[in-house]
Amino acid sequence: MELKELIANKFKENFAEEVVEITDFRGDISVEIKPEKIVEICKFLKEDSELDFQQCVDVTAIDWAKRKRRFTTVYHLLSYNKNHRLRLKSTIEDAKNPEIDSVVSIWSGANWYERETWDMYGIVFRNHPDLRRIYMPEAFEYYPLRKDFPVMGIPGSLPLPEKEED
Amino acid sequence: MGLEARLASDGYLTTKLDAVIAWARKNSLWPMPMGISCCAIEMMSAVDPKYDMSRFGSEVMRFTPRQCDLMIVAGTVTYKMAHVVRRIYDQMPGPKWVIAMGACTSSGGMYRSYPVVQGIDQFLPVDVYTAGCPPRPENLLNAVMEVQKKIEGTHARDYIDKELLEQSVSNN
Repeated sequence: MELKELIANKFKENFAEEVVEITDFRGDISVEIKPEKIVEICKFLKEDSELDFQQCVDVTAIDWAKRKRRFTTVYHLLSYNKNHRLRLKSTIEDAKNPEIDSVVSIWSGANWYERETWDMYGIVFRNHPDLRRIYMPEAFEYYPLRKDFPVMGIPGSLPLPEKEED
Repeated sequence: MGLEARLASDGYLTTKLDAVIAWARKNSLWPMPMGISCCAIEMMSAVDPKYDMSRFGSEVMRFTPRQCDLMIVAGTVTYKMAHVVRRIYDQMPGPKWVIAMGACTSSGGMYRSYPVVQGIDQFLPVDVYTAGCPPRPENLLNAVMEVQKKIEGTHARDYIDKELLEQSVSNN
């Protein structure tokens, strides 16, 4: 069975109401789902013997800038045993305070990826064990990969050491 | 220096203490290799047998700031790293000099974006800037020689630690 059919059937049987769209771009399969049941869906994707997605390769996000539903989180999944991949997307309703459930309880490797996504986009991952900034300094107040953040940064937002006059 | 000719005659020469001290300082530069990205590879080449920086009296790279008097900042300095660079510089005993090696350290280089300091002279007193991305080892050697020229013209009294001096006066 083709992977796309398999995934489509599995979602149809188990989470028919959660699926927004399934697309296939040159063999890369993406499933867009509603954000509410993401943990359940991920647990299913990992534990189902035919899908068997053991690894979460990456977690990132998209800032759509002008859309009402501004942020989409993206998960890349991999199965070593079956040698297939899946991209899972989920668009968050609230653009001002974006929040979504953490998948660290399923793939512990997602820990740092979710921290990075929080650091760069300001998306809160609920039930994350240690949601701190990972690249930027703790005291930094902005989210650099958001579209409204200027490329050159905001003057004074990152402190430099004092230069002594000599 | 033509010292050999002098040795044959009286065996002494007259000079200024400033000149002797500056001469000693400039020919025994101990660099602190602050290699934080790709420029560090060229910095390593500059001390290898082919380019051999020790020919110019800058022989020993020391990985502790306490033993250094020349900091070669080789690589992109981010705002987060700037505090580390400054702290290491502060730990070096004076007199000390700084080479900004490469485009990134001198001006931010191609990283014209929010995390990169657009020139380390915003937080460090830089003596010599080196162009290139990365600069070739010859260019770094040239920078070291420029620093040496700068040292040549210094006076020993410029670097007297006033607190230490007062202490020694009061002890006597």
